[in-house]
Amino acid sequence: MPLSLRPKRPERIRYFQAENSSFMFQYVIKRLISTIPVLIGISLLLFFMLRMLPGDPAQVLAGQMATPEEIENIRHQLGLDRPIHVQYALFFSRLVQFDLGRSARTQNPVTQEIWARLPNTVLLAMVAITLACLFGIPAGIVSAVRPYTWIDYLVTSGALFGISMPVFWLGLMLVVVFSIVLQWLPAGGTGSWKHVVLPSVTLASFVIAFIARMTRSTMIEVLSQDYTTTARSKGLREEVVIVKHALKNALIPIITVVGLQFGLLLGGAVLTETVFAWPGLGRLIVDSILARDYPVIQGAILVFGLLYIFVNLAVDLVYAYVDPRIRYD
Amino acid sequence: MTENVQPREYSGRFRRSWAKLRRNKAALFGGALLFVYLFTALFASLLYPGSPSAPNLIMALEPPSHQHVLGTDELGRSILGRIIWGSRVSLLIALGVVAVGLVLGVPLGLVSGYYGGKIDFGIQRITDMMLAFPGFLLALALVAVLGVGLKNTVISIGISMIPIYIRLVRGCVLSVREQVYVEAARAVGTRDYKIILRHILPNVMVPITVQTSLGMGTAILFAAGLGFLGVGVQPPTPEWGAMLGSGRAYLFNAPHVATFPGVAIFLAVLSFNLLGDGLRDALDPRFRI
Repeated sequence: MPLSLRPKRPERIRYFQAENSSFMFQYVIKRLISTIPVLIGISLLLFFMLRMLPGDPAQVLAGQMATPEEIENIRHQLGLDRPIHVQYALFFSRLVQFDLGRSARTQNPVTQEIWARLPNTVLLAMVAITLACLFGIPAGIVSAVRPYTWIDYLVTSGALFGISMPVFWLGLMLVVVFSIVLQWLPAGGTGSWKHVVLPSVTLASFVIAFIARMTRSTMIEVLSQDYTTTARSKGLREEVVIVKHALKNALIPIITVVGLQFGLLLGGAVLTETVFAWPGLGRLIVDSILARDYPVIQGAILVFGLLYIFVNLAVDLVYAYVDPRIRYD
Repeated sequence: MTENVQPREYSGRFRRSWAKLRRNKAALFGGALLFVYLFTALFASLLYPGSPSAPNLIMALEPPSHQHVLGTDELGRSILGRIIWGSRVSLLIALGVVAVGLVLGVPLGLVSGYYGGKIDFGIQRITDMMLAFPGFLLALALVAVLGVGLKNTVISIGISMIPIYIRLVRGCVLSVREQVYVEAARAVGTRDYKIILRHILPNVMVPITVQTSLGMGTAILFAAGLGFLGVGVQPPTPEWGAMLGSGRAYLFNAPHVATFPGVAIFLAVLSFNLLGDGLRDALDPRFRI
């Protein structure tokens, strides 16, 4: 009798799939729409950034040596003599056409400056996040499976050290050890895979720590759930319980954390790129701040914001795909 | 009647948490580290009398010795002295940043969570906007606008922390708001501000305390990062990040210049993180980050 209560498998699968695709589609649309206010918000923030500067933005852009006519010219060029909402509309229309103006330092279009460096930052971030997942998730699992043993203490204290350490300091120390003392790896620049090692390890270090901490606490929670006990009492091997029953459920919050850590990674990229003279967006932003090159600062911050938003969007979509419960709220 | 019951319950909970915290060796170590750090910051002038910024070029880039325990920097200044005085700067920044975050973030979070509706919607959209930038980049962008220096470092990092407090407090308020005692207070006609201060705020204090401890660690890291990039606290003020930044140029022949300030940053941040973790475990084990 109890056996006949079980739903027939093929039907059940078809039912879920049909529901799946339509809900998934709705969710994607909903989630895409929800990024629009954030995008508008970013544009407003960038717009007011230049207006918040002490003094006259036209003066700032023209430089110290500009004549009054030149400043007046720039003011007109920027539309600063028009009402503020017209200025914003102009700014916004240029923004959606990816017209971010020209660099005050090099006179090159800002988009060109950014395009030249974006691939370097993306490469660094990708290698770092891959390293972080490869080391952070297993470390967290091992530590959760053997809590309060030496290996758990090793992982948790290592992770705590990782999140407390300034990345730029770790980077410099790695340079001292591997470039100056051992002379195995270059201290900076680009060119070969050897150049990628130190910056990506530096950048990955604290993300590894965050992911390991998160994986550990999630896994401990999942391992105490009833379904884990059930799986164990069915007589499944411990590896199967951990990988198939526990890890699968723990992965969802872990994926989210990886997405959120991407923001930290971008922040860390600014510091890491400076340490290793890595020609990426992060260094561009720092150099531009020091040179008060506002169009480039604006553009680079915009690109960083967009990267962060889209990574989190992608994470949310993966999340919803993996876990159907998400789509119902 | 509730007035009679609540204090007793509170002291019991407090004692339990304190006992738990005392058993936590890591948290105790963090507390001890923090004590050393606070002591150094408060008594910097006794520990290292004299100016930490006066150059002495004859002694430039000396390695650690009896006279200068941690060696000297490129201007011949004692690195130990600058680290001691730098603890003051970093503590000042940490306190200032957390103050900005608390003073603006907590009330906004309380209001947003308690009233809901249009106010909530407005505050949350602004929060979304700020969270669209990773924290350090937001601080960097604000520094780009406001300019460098100690005050602007505090303001920039402080502002970048506001949305974290808003989100945290709002989330807690949403669950506390539905409790029976809040409903009861509302039913007897208690004013909103009184409900928020008396019944809601005490119940969100635990996550706020934990976040404040962790936030001070983050503030020190961010400030050191800005200093390192040269857009934070400016020399000759002894700031750990800036010391590291200038030591970078002498990495080949005098690596100690960049090494020791980093150790100081690490230990200070570690103390806040250990304490924050310990507080979280002691006060509310369910609450995890």
